[in-house]
Amino acid sequence: MTDKTELATKNETEIKPVARQPEPSIRPAVDIFEDESGITLHADMPGISKDRLSVKVEGDTLSIEGDAEIPVPDNMEPLYADIRATHYQRSFTLSSEMDTDKVEASLNHGVLTLRIPKREEHKPRKIEVNVG
Amino acid sequence: MFGTTALFDELQRIQREMESVFGSTPWANGIRSSSAGFPPVNVGTTADEVDVYFFAPGVNPESWNISIQNNVLSVAGERRVIREEGASYYRKERFDGEFRRTFSLPDDIDPERVDANYKDGVLHIRLQRKESSKPRQIKVN
Repeated sequence: MTDKTELATKNETEIKPVARQPEPSIRPAVDIFEDESGITLHADMPGISKDRLSVKVEGDTLSIEGDAEIPVPDNMEPLYADIRATHYQRSFTLSSEMDTDKVEASLNHGVLTLRIPKREEHKPRKIEVNVG
Repeated sequence: MFGTTALFDELQRIQREMESVFGSTPWANGIRSSSAGFPPVNVGTTADEVDVYFFAPGVNPESWNISIQNNVLSVAGERRVIREEGASYYRKERFDGEFRRTFSLPDDIDPERVDANYKDGVLHIRLQRKESSKPRQIKVN
């Protein structure tokens, strides 16, 4: 019991980093599929334009992030809201056979498409059988 | 009996809180709305207009069908997700198909002065209020 009290006292005097309130963010809905040559990802990110989107690969983590831009008139009062954040964020872990240098991204009507190809040596190769 | 008034006060308080969380009654989802949840909608008002935002990415722009009848705004559209055959799917979270959402509008909307704009997957509908219902300053002579 004594230990507990000491611990509590110590914590109070410690200088702690200010706990940052996590930014409210939306986890975009995605479709992901794989074919022979790579993986394709579609993500719903309404309100995102090309210059407000960030697609990053760090180590084996792919992250997509962006801030939606919604035109709002001055002095608008919210009446009803299904969407309560403008920040999108979601990340995925990639495996080593994905060629992260060749990721291609495109945006169309708020839908992000990512194409992540497999490295050449990992693509399935058809072996010809010679018949003698 | 003591406590009766307090009970009614409490019920009113709960109702007020529900309204602040779920939106006030005029904006309840119309009974003809289908496809629960897609697209999400935000609504805002100013003294001059009502703004409705549909977060609907990837909708075929030709498929938008927006109408106002008897003060009910109806918005329909279609989003087709192209599925690749032979590919193995890991996630299928995105809405696929037709949707319709309806809303009762405030009484002072002018159905002749409505415009809609679809950009980056957000449909923005601006509904102007009737001139006669705008707040007016009365000058005292």
